[in-house]
Amino acid sequence: MPAFKIDDQEVEFIPGQSVMQAALAADIYIPHLCFHEDFKAHGSCRICLVMQNGRYLSACTIPAVEGMDIINIRDDVQEQRKQLLELLFIEGNHVCPSCEKSGSCSLQSVAEFCGLLSPSLPFMYPNRSVDASHADFLLDFNRCILCELCVRASRDVDGKSVFGISGRGSNAHLVVNSADGKLVSSSFEKTDRAASICPVGVILPKHRGFKVPIGKREFDVTAINERRENDAG
Amino acid sequence: MSTGSILQANDASAIVNTVKQVMHPLFDQTYLLQYLIKIQALYACIPPAAIQTLHEKLALTEAQIKSVISFYSFLSIDYQGKYRILFSDNITDRMAGNQSLFHQLSEAIKGADASIDFTSCTGLCDQGPAMLVNGHAINRLDTQRINDIAQLVNNNESLTNWPDNLFKIEDNIRRGDIQLNARAGDGSGIKNAMNLGYQKTLQILQNSGLRGRGGAGFTTAKKWQLCKQSEAVQRYVVCNADEGEPGTFKDRVLFNSSAHSVIEGMTICAYVIGAQKGFIYLRGEYLYLLEHLNDVLQRRREAGLLGQKILGKLNFKFDIEVHLGAGAYICGEESALIESLEGKRGMPRIRPPFPVTEGYKNQPTVVNNVETFWSVSRILLKGSNWFNKLGTKESTGTRLLSISGDCERPGIYEYPFGVTLQKIVEDCGGIETQAVQMAGAAGNTVLARDFDHQVSFEDLSTGGSFILIGGNRNLLDMLTNFADFFKHESCGFCTPCRVGTSLIADTLHRFEKGQGCSGDLQHLKKVLKLMQKSSFCGLGSSAPTAFLNVLENSPDVFDCGMSVESAEIYFDLNAATAEYKKITEPGEKGI
Repeated sequence: MPAFKIDDQEVEFIPGQSVMQAALAADIYIPHLCFHEDFKAHGSCRICLVMQNGRYLSACTIPAVEGMDIINIRDDVQEQRKQLLELLFIEGNHVCPSCEKSGSCSLQSVAEFCGLLSPSLPFMYPNRSVDASHADFLLDFNRCILCELCVRASRDVDGKSVFGISGRGSNAHLVVNSADGKLVSSSFEKTDRAASICPVGVILPKHRGFKVPIGKREFDVTAINERRENDAG
Repeated sequence: MSTGSILQANDASAIVNTVKQVMHPLFDQTYLLQYLIKIQALYACIPPAAIQTLHEKLALTEAQIKSVISFYSFLSIDYQGKYRILFSDNITDRMAGNQSLFHQLSEAIKGADASIDFTSCTGLCDQGPAMLVNGHAINRLDTQRINDIAQLVNNNESLTNWPDNLFKIEDNIRRGDIQLNARAGDGSGIKNAMNLGYQKTLQILQNSGLRGRGGAGFTTAKKWQLCKQSEAVQRYVVCNADEGEPGTFKDRVLFNSSAHSVIEGMTICAYVIGAQKGFIYLRGEYLYLLEHLNDVLQRRREAGLLGQKILGKLNFKFDIEVHLGAGAYICGEESALIESLEGKRGMPRIRPPFPVTEGYKNQPTVVNNVETFWSVSRILLKGSNWFNKLGTKESTGTRLLSISGDCERPGIYEYPFGVTLQKIVEDCGGIETQAVQMAGAAGNTVLARDFDHQVSFEDLSTGGSFILIGGNRNLLDMLTNFADFFKHESCGFCTPCRVGTSLIADTLHRFEKGQGCSGDLQHLKKVLKLMQKSSFCGLGSSAPTAFLNVLENSPDVFDCGMSVESAEIYFDLNAATAEYKKITEPGEKGI
């Protein structure tokens, strides 16, 4: 099998695999948010930046090539990730202490892994809404990081295209495909794949708020870098 | 002129019929953007009944259609009035006084059935300030012209009856060299290619050293070769005429003055790679060229230079269709352009695969700049030595520069690569030039002390834009203009560009108001470097260039925007508590 290196560790790969896929198969953690192994790579969050030949590339979008020498965990690479995470935090309204997703939030856990404790840039405080129209689920757009995992899950697995992205640039935002734009008027169901895919706290099940106390949640028990992708859910 | 009056959007069944006519006979998803552009022109908006009809006929969800509408600046759900007036807002328009003219017209047409706003550079920088009225370009705005336009709007005069001289656009070709002085496009280039066969044709292009004129400078022969080698059901030739880089207008002039040559270059490409279908992706700002281009295409079909059996060769068929853009700078990025050609939001794709292997409809596609195809038509007539004897080792031949800003003779200049900035500045009559902005908003800011540098891929590369900044200008104004531009044009896909462009704009506006702080500059530098290293596509990685140049080479430019308190962070208590005050103060809006 052909192989390449991540932080001096030999990693075998099947031709066609991305650096991210090969790393996951070899149990090497590369921090990421918009990547999910059940879906095609997206490349938007940029958190999985790695260094190859002095250049930053996203591990989820570059094909693994024999002989590559990838740097994953090193201070300068982690620093870039930290800055990217900071941008995600200041762009939305993330209030971790009161967020139902705290402790099982990928954004929070990846930030902890990369060493981001508090942003230094000014918060943007965008004016975003909440959609509580659905009986079983709440949509809190304040926390959306535009990873499009729900868009992809709904379209590619559920065959429904309940979610989409509208607008451009800093106006890009998640929308629901229904006549009035409300979740209740869409074909969304609690059994959908899209219902359990959100890595942050946008798509939240109702009626079980704080059932698991903070401190005993998924990533409180096992940090995000120590678990396998499919444990999620 | 095609635009007559705007249709009333209150009769749903009439709209349904009109939209069906617009879609007829193709009813094809990949034409969604083209349908929307036509509907927008008819109704000055995309009415709900139109969205409903598109949804039913094209098997797209309403959310998908709305998300396409929301991506392109020239499309809108809201009614834009019988006259939609968009002032070009490049730095050159601002230098020529577009802001006060904008306010003059806004005041003069208050209450009219019209909307008025700014838009990104419309490519008339050599004859600005400029505007678009319902998509049609008007140049050389001054108080007199604004008065005339206000009168026409207030008199409710149909655009078809506006005087022709308002819409006269100039070519302003100031300096020709071997390419502008040669004539091509009558089919002899295609004939030569066919006689030589595709391998020898590629060899000639290879020997000429021609590199893509869009800016990235990929070797043209190699691009074609890669496309030809890729397995395919179909191959496509795409001409990138989404000339959105602020300050660039050479493609507009080439289409106006030598469209035959450009199309001949595309046809030669089709012959080499074996394509049967080509597209010209024409930016919406150049709507006025559409009729002319379609005319030229038709004439070439009639002359046997396009269509079936080109030049009598039985198995060589190739035809070209013009697709319009609708106000999105990102569509100049080749993979975003292809998404847009497919009728979608113009989002850049993951690369690799590159368009030469998976492009339009996932088939191998050559995407080249207008000027590249134009040069091909000449090289195939004159030979590779004729071309490569000029220029430098890595940058052979000549190229066109779009020159604007503070100079006496703005317009199109052809120079061999290797020419110094000093020579160009002298030739065009630069007025106390303190700096040149190369390659548009995304390029280098070169200060006068560095004018001994050369225009070439190995020194200072440019997509063709060359803006002169006079001694009395404040570079901070230019950077603020660019910051607004990038914030407006970022597609929003990747984190660094989406958030970074907003941060840059916020910071520059703080300096504009004299509220800048030393801490701001540190943050700004950090964000700019992050964007350079981590952005998903070229927009995000090139946007920081000018800002970083000025920060590094001329940091005192920012001094005038510094807050007097010179604190590390500026804090405005009144602004920070404004929202709170609005809620708590007694009155109508209080709780």
